[in-house]
Amino acid sequence: MDAGNDWAAAFFGLYNYWIVVVLMMVGFYIVIAHGNLIKKIIGLTIFQTSVFIYYISMGNVDGGTAPILADNISQYSNPLPHVLILTAIVVGIATTALGLALAIRIKESYGTIEEEIIQGMDNPG
Amino acid sequence: MDSLRFCNPKTIKEDNAIELLIDIVLLSFLVCIAFAIVRMKDLFAVIMLAGMYGLLSASFFVTMDAVDVAFTEASVGAGISTLLMLTTISMTGRYENTTRHRPMLALVVVFVTGSLLIYGTLDMPYFGSAQAPIQLHVAPHYINNSMSEIGIPNIVTSALASYRGFDTFGEVVVIFTAGVAVWALLMVNVQRRKNTEIDDANNSTHEQHFIVRFVAKMLIPFILLFALYVQFHGDYGPGGGFQAGVIFAAAIILYSMVFGLNTARRVISQPIVQLLTAAGVLLYGSVGIVSLLSGGNFLDYNVLSADPIAGQHLGILLIELGVGCTVASVMILIYFNFSGRKNDRELEEHKETT
Repeated sequence: MDAGNDWAAAFFGLYNYWIVVVLMMVGFYIVIAHGNLIKKIIGLTIFQTSVFIYYISMGNVDGGTAPILADNISQYSNPLPHVLILTAIVVGIATTALGLALAIRIKESYGTIEEEIIQGMDNPG
Repeated sequence: MDSLRFCNPKTIKEDNAIELLIDIVLLSFLVCIAFAIVRMKDLFAVIMLAGMYGLLSASFFVTMDAVDVAFTEASVGAGISTLLMLTTISMTGRYENTTRHRPMLALVVVFVTGSLLIYGTLDMPYFGSAQAPIQLHVAPHYINNSMSEIGIPNIVTSALASYRGFDTFGEVVVIFTAGVAVWALLMVNVQRRKNTEIDDANNSTHEQHFIVRFVAKMLIPFILLFALYVQFHGDYGPGGGFQAGVIFAAAIILYSMVFGLNTARRVISQPIVQLLTAAGVLLYGSVGIVSLLSGGNFLDYNVLSADPIAGQHLGILLIELGVGCTVASVMILIYFNFSGRKNDRELEEHKETT
């Protein structure tokens, strides 16, 4: 009985982190296996979001509430990960836009955004 | 170690069964969408899925009590990023090649890395544990003392703008730099083309959508008003400069989508947007310099006013304004450049064919 409870506790206690790992690996796979630059950028966003989910999950406290001070509330979730991730999201979109802008310029110069074709054009033969 | 593993399944079943169910369902949806994104070749569908992914992760952040983060993710992940990617694929093509770069090797690398990471999680304190190391160091100071030291209820804003103001300054500079870089990469000479030429093209496409124009006209003032509310109410509720900036930019971007880029450029001239991009960073930096000159540390707002709490309020108001200014104008600048590049290329193609 105790062993079963331990397993359930481990599953529910670590489920969020496992999902984070799966999402991170999906993003990682897209970045290394796909040749299309836009798809790679989307892979990077998935990777990035998995880190956000990781931080926010760690900051959560059972029975806590949003970290805005109010009367009659004693337990708050950890505000520090929220601060870090909030700014990271906006920095993330700014850098994603930079990546997309580079992709547009690559398309204009090479006529394609498929990595292998671009490499073939750079190193002919 | 076991003392860290605070929650036992009994309390899970009784107290937060619903919360846990929502948590598991949302996260499973995220994984499904991520796998669908890997499988699909049509980038338009992939970007739509990425938008859903953003919205779902925003909902997840709400269930994790991270309301400020959810706010930002909803406006960025589901809004602006989808829009920028759609504009990009309209220039770079809609379908991706089917060839993969050494898929088996990639899979092996991914599986090995993933297994190692999962092995690493086995030692972690359980989710939601109040005794985990992360909950014991700085956070209690922020939660217990921020009301007496800073004097505003939203702890996230206190930490963002005051305790960790230097970090946030760095982030704002990164956003500014990214905006300038996009502008440098995609800049088109606005004066080069006669406006009438572009207007004709715009009018023909935009006149057809009467309902869209009407609804957009009704909505835009409220979106702008909401952005201002989020900006100035960030001390008391969820919100602040980052979210307000993105929402404000969303209203302007909506306008330029519906009424054409050139009409939008006539309402909000691009040189002013460029000026505001730098002005926000400068405002933030000058608050730091003023506090240095008044005898405090860089970004120490206590010295800005005779009463430290009033000084904190003033400092936070000013730097949030700087953040909002930079974020909004960088987002507008990025969209203007993406969309301007697209118009420019369409015109060129049009000229080549005639």
